[in-house]
Amino acid sequence: MNLDKELFDPKAGMTQIVKTIVRFAIGIIFIFGAYVVLYGHLTPGGGFAGGVILAAGFIVLTLAFGRRVSLSKLSDAVASVLDNSGALMFLVIALLGYTGGWFFLNFLAYKGEPFRLVSAGTIPLSNIVIGIKVMSSLFAVFVALSIFGRFISTLVDEEETGRE
Amino acid sequence: MEIFLLVLAIFMIIGSIIAIENRNLLSAVISAGVVGFCLSIAFLMLGAPDIAITQVVVEILILVILIRATITIDNTSIGKPVDMLPIVSSLIFFGLFLIFAFFAVREIPQFGEPLMRVSQRYLEAGPDETGAMNIVTSVLLDYRGYDTLGEVTVLFTSVVGAFVILRRRGRKHKREADTEKVGILEDEDIKKNFEGF
Repeated sequence: MNLDKELFDPKAGMTQIVKTIVRFAIGIIFIFGAYVVLYGHLTPGGGFAGGVILAAGFIVLTLAFGRRVSLSKLSDAVASVLDNSGALMFLVIALLGYTGGWFFLNFLAYKGEPFRLVSAGTIPLSNIVIGIKVMSSLFAVFVALSIFGRFISTLVDEEETGRE
Repeated sequence: MEIFLLVLAIFMIIGSIIAIENRNLLSAVISAGVVGFCLSIAFLMLGAPDIAITQVVVEILILVILIRATITIDNTSIGKPVDMLPIVSSLIFFGLFLIFAFFAVREIPQFGEPLMRVSQRYLEAGPDETGAMNIVTSVLLDYRGYDTLGEVTVLFTSVVGAFVILRRRGRKHKREADTEKVGILEDEDIKKNFEGF
């Protein structure tokens, strides 16, 4: 993984062993999450499971490297924007069904042949949108609970200043 | 296989009882995780890999979040008042539940034979009508899209609630609260605030 020198702080996060292993594993985690999202209409998985895997990747980054690295990749403001736009896009896909008649109509269903990546009409699109939404919202909840929370953050700050 | 499911169910019940009775929050969280992982194995045994994947991943995420939240707050000093009334009343209601359940369980259909016939139609017509080879996804996102929309709304509401409750001050007072702001931060704030870490 390519880390900024400026963001990388050797004191933050966990030990060197954890950091090295996370550096190897994090790309595989994200690729697997993207695979589960994209192939949700062909293999087990789907938008929700893949989105949770992607969120877990960001949480692993936070735990191993400290908050600055993960927040520089996906800050919570961006996460909340992605969250809202994911929900809106899913609603838009549902509303586009009215072009063929009714709500949630799969208006692209007969395009593409079966067992291919581009098939099943709006289902892969919905999977991608839900994956983005679940990833950003779960990471935002984690950030809100563990970093920005009034209740927790004072304790965390005490803990970290105590360590120094 | 039903014996295996029964063993898993007993394991889950033991895990949840330990989670309730334990005074240490960290071990309570970990033993509550037993329930989720056993549930995912049960889903895998019943032939539902989609739900098993989701269950495993969500369980890991919840465990991490709960441990991160509880590891600094260890209130082991909760007193345990000994009171007979709750124990006696819960025993009475549990006995009533067992009596009624004995008659009710005989009426429900056999394991693996659902009452609703609509699932048969999904299995037969799903691949042709939607083009998705994974029937679960075609049900989730096509036939029952309304349910998924409700699920997305629930997640959205939870994020809004977490951000509103856990933010110390509103955006209006952002400039006044500059020194102790912990709410939604922008990029330069992150660089400024987390300089020391």
